[in-house]
Amino acid sequence: MRIIVNGAAREVSAASDLAAALAELGFAEAVVATAVNGEFVPVAARTTLRLAAGDQLEVLAPMQGG
Amino acid sequence: MSTFYGVELSSPLMLGTARFPSPAVLQSAVAAAKAGAVTVSLRRESAAERSGQGFWSIVRQLGVRVLPNTAGCRTVKEAVTTAHMAREIFATPWIKLEVIGEEDTLAPDVFGLVEAARVLSSEGFEVFPYTTEDLVVADKLLASGCRVLMPWGAPIGSGRGLNNVFGLRALRAHFPGVPLVIDAGIGVPSHAAQAMELGFDAVLINTAVSQADDPVQMAAAFALAVEAGRLAYRSGPMEPRDMASPSTPVVGTAFRS
Repeated sequence: MRIIVNGAAREVSAASDLAAALAELGFAEAVVATAVNGEFVPVAARTTLRLAAGDQLEVLAPMQGG
Repeated sequence: MSTFYGVELSSPLMLGTARFPSPAVLQSAVAAAKAGAVTVSLRRESAAERSGQGFWSIVRQLGVRVLPNTAGCRTVKEAVTTAHMAREIFATPWIKLEVIGEEDTLAPDVFGLVEAARVLSSEGFEVFPYTTEDLVVADKLLASGCRVLMPWGAPIGSGRGLNNVFGLRALRAHFPGVPLVIDAGIGVPSHAAQAMELGFDAVLINTAVSQADDPVQMAAAFALAVEAGRLAYRSGPMEPRDMASPSTPVVGTAFRS
C-alpha cells in the first residue's frame, strides 16, 4: 500500500504495523522518533499501530540546531 | 551559578550546534566555549543517508547537557508533537519551545507560545520558551508553568546584539527570581558580556560562533566574555552619570591658590 513518508510517497506491505514499516523502509535500529498523521507515536506503540493507505508518516532524527 | 529546573550548568554559555563547517570544528568549539549546554533539533531522516545517526553519535560524545528545540514549528500542534518526539529521542524533559509567527524576523508567535507552553508544562516538560522581552507575555508564560524564560536580544541569526536594552533591563528587574537566558541575536562577545552584566543568567549563541572565520577561537572569546560579564554583574557596576567626575582627588592639586 502507498503511504507518505517524510513528504514522499512510498510503498509498504499492506496491513503493516509501524515497527514493521520502519524496518521495511530502512530505519531498523535507527534512533528516530515517529508521528503518524500529526500525532506522536512512541516507540512502545509502534508494534500495535496499524498503518492504512494514505497515512502520513514522519520519521525524525537528531539534527544540528540553534 | 544559576539553576535551570533544578539543574546547575557548569557555564552560562549555551551553544547551538548548527552551521558549523564540520563536526570536528563543532566538537572543538564546544570544548573551547566550555559550553554548559548545547541545543539540538529534529529533522526528517533519510534511510539512505542516516545523517541524523552520525550527528547524534557526535553529540553524545560531547558529554554536554542537551537542550532540544522545536525550531521551525509554526503552530501549537507542530510544536507540541515535536516536543514529544524530542523527549523520546533525547531522553530529557527540557525543551526550547519555539513557535515562529513571522518569517522575516522569526519573531515568536507569543499567543501560540503561551498555549504550547501550557500544554507541555502540564505534560511534565520543562519548557524554555523563546519569547520577546514583553512583560505581559513573560507573566503569562510563567503562569503557564514555565520556570525559565528565553527572551531574544535581536532576531535569530541577525547578530545585532541587545536591540532593546531598556526592555531587557525591565524584564530582569520584574522577575528577579526567574532564570533568564538571552536566546537570539548575539553577534560578538561584547553583546554576551553586556547581557551578563545586566544580570541575565545565561546566553545562547550559535551563528556568532559557527559562522566566524575561526569558530573555535570565537568560542573561547565568548567563554571569556560571559565570565567577565557575570563577574561584573556580581561586583555591582557603577551608575552612569551625565557629567564628568574627576577620578583623581582634587584636594592637593598643585598651582592652585
